[in-house]
Amino acid sequence: MKEGYKLIYQKPKTLREKRMHYCPGCFHATTHKLMMEVVEELGIQEKIIGVCPVGCSVFAYDYMDVDMQEAAHGRAAAVATGIKRMHPDKIVFSYQGDGDLAAIGIAETIHACNRGENFTFIFINNGIYGMTGGQMAPTTLEGQKTTTSPYGRDPKKAGLPLKMCEIVSQFDSVAYVERVSCNTPANARKAKRAIKKAFEYQMQGLGSTFIEVASNCPSGWKCTPEESLEWLKEKAFPYFPLGVFKKPEEV
Amino acid sequence: MGEIKLMKGNEALAEAAIRAGLQGYFGYPITPQSEVVEYLAREEPKHNYVLLQAESEVAAVNMLYGAGGAGARVMTTTSSPGFSLMQEGISYIACAQIPCLFANIVRGGPGLGTIQPSQSDYFQATKGGGHGDYHLIVLAPNSVQEMVDHVYLGFELADKYRSPAMLLSDGAIGQMMEKVQLPDPIEYKPDKPWATTGKKPGQERNYLTSLYIQPEEMEEKNIELQAKFKKIEENEVRFEEYKTDDAKIIIVSFGLSSRISKKSVDMAREAGLKVGLFRPITVWPFPANKIADIAARKQVNFFISIEMNAGQMVEDVKLAVNGKKPVYFYGRMGGIIPTPKEILTAVQARSRS
Ligand SMILES: Cc1ncc(C[n+]2csc(CCOP(=O)(O)OP(=O)(O)O)c2C)c(N)n1
Ligand code: SF4
Ligand SMILES: [Mg+2]
Repeated sequence: MKEGYKLIYQKPKTLREKRMHYCPGCFHATTHKLMMEVVEELGIQEKIIGVCPVGCSVFAYDYMDVDMQEAAHGRAAAVATGIKRMHPDKIVFSYQGDGDLAAIGIAETIHACNRGENFTFIFINNGIYGMTGGQMAPTTLEGQKTTTSPYGRDPKKAGLPLKMCEIVSQFDSVAYVERVSCNTPANARKAKRAIKKAFEYQMQGLGSTFIEVASNCPSGWKCTPEESLEWLKEKAFPYFPLGVFKKPEEV
Repeated sequence: MGEIKLMKGNEALAEAAIRAGLQGYFGYPITPQSEVVEYLAREEPKHNYVLLQAESEVAAVNMLYGAGGAGARVMTTTSSPGFSLMQEGISYIACAQIPCLFANIVRGGPGLGTIQPSQSDYFQATKGGGHGDYHLIVLAPNSVQEMVDHVYLGFELADKYRSPAMLLSDGAIGQMMEKVQLPDPIEYKPDKPWATTGKKPGQERNYLTSLYIQPEEMEEKNIELQAKFKKIEENEVRFEEYKTDDAKIIIVSFGLSSRISKKSVDMAREAGLKVGLFRPITVWPFPANKIADIAARKQVNFFISIEMNAGQMVEDVKLAVNGKKPVYFYGRMGGIIPTPKEILTAVQARSRS
């Protein structure tokens, strides 16, 4: 450290020395960092096993310095189930986009939650299929334009966006559900706290834990990172309110 | 050594898996295979394995990927429509090189088809089945005893080659009862340093993937996989011969139809026709070299492939024989089991022509 300088921040050692491929301003990168900070703080790097999805975060194993498996599109919850059932003493998470978790993989999501699979879902809801170039997702907002809803999502044809926190918090077997975001430093800190709580509840064996990150996709939304933050606040949060939907009773 | 019992094929398979050190079973009910998961459910309290009835075959195969990737000895069983649903997952498993065992207790198709026994999933089992270039190690039992033996062998080969292995059986073998000798249980100790069991201190993390986005890397991965498949082809071919030494006519048949064909060989011999049976036990790797040797024998007039399908293995027989001798086919479809007499008649018709 240079004389006269004080270290006030460094990236967690649980993130690998690899330049991320995410677009500037994308919350995938922020969320990875928050998760790995939690892993470092809890000292669980050797006890945690992750599953990454098909979606922009398909390469998450390149960044997170923990054991990981890359799942087929939509199947991360089933893969996480397989891992956790074999290693109930380990901490397991699935990291999934909205296409992955709420469209092609919704059966696996619902059934894993209903069985109370004791792992943590980190659900990146950016309202779009980022990886494939910005098509409509099950979470795309009413009227939102995407490459497959060029005139805006029409609920008559496509239904209304799926509210996953609201859905999964109905299961008795789900212990903890919170929707967070990273649009401000304060919200990012809240998101980190939520991730930490989820891992802790998992370690206590309380049941499924589900963290939704109301996320952005500047590239898919065809806007600047700053505009994406505006959109979140004005359009997304009213429909996808942030907050705790469910938490363990005694806590 | 072992224990002798009268058992149904599917139950024997389940019992063998337990004795072979099964740690995780993930499956979805389907006739004519459901006895496997039912048996495992009954026996569960006595053992340590995890049994999970999945929400679908799609989920089951991906649970297998997770559990097998995390180092456990794992199995799933299904029948034809369910095996179709598993194909995407199997392709991922083959590329990520996760040892695990499948059993397809085949029923007649296409579509929802029939619950009667069939061999119409031969192509799907032996040619890969899902997308991309890969193979599973495919064992074709023809008795309840082999349902047991092949479970042990399948698990062993899966571990040895870090590869998915499977039993290509059928509804008749799954449902019939026979005397079996059950091997002694083994204590399974996985030795899988690549598995995702949590990062080891001072070591690189383990990750399992089938994603190689640069074509050069993807080609390299394919070369690695192909080298493994070649090694399997060189070392793991298994077959059985019955009265082929002096045979002029060679029946080639696997699984259930090979059992019936054996009877036809005896009937043919009684009628003065020198027929022999060649039975691939591994349908992949296919015993092509051995068939080529037999085709080179002077006294051999022709081959006839007997299958319970529209003619699938016959293509592999033709490739092996490579034009040296005629190769014919006779089969029944849709869940019909041919009789020994019917097969004999088909053989006689060819020998006259
Ligand atoms: C079986 C299958 N169908 C379709 C695809 C193509 N595909 C890849 S990623 C993706 C959508 C990803 O969107 P999302 O899950 O929201 O993740 P994001 O990229 O937005 O983070 C699709 C449809 C695939 N890889 N596999
Ligand atoms: S396409 Fe969207 S989700 Fe993907 S990295 Fe870029 S901004 Fe993030
Ligand atoms: Mg998305």
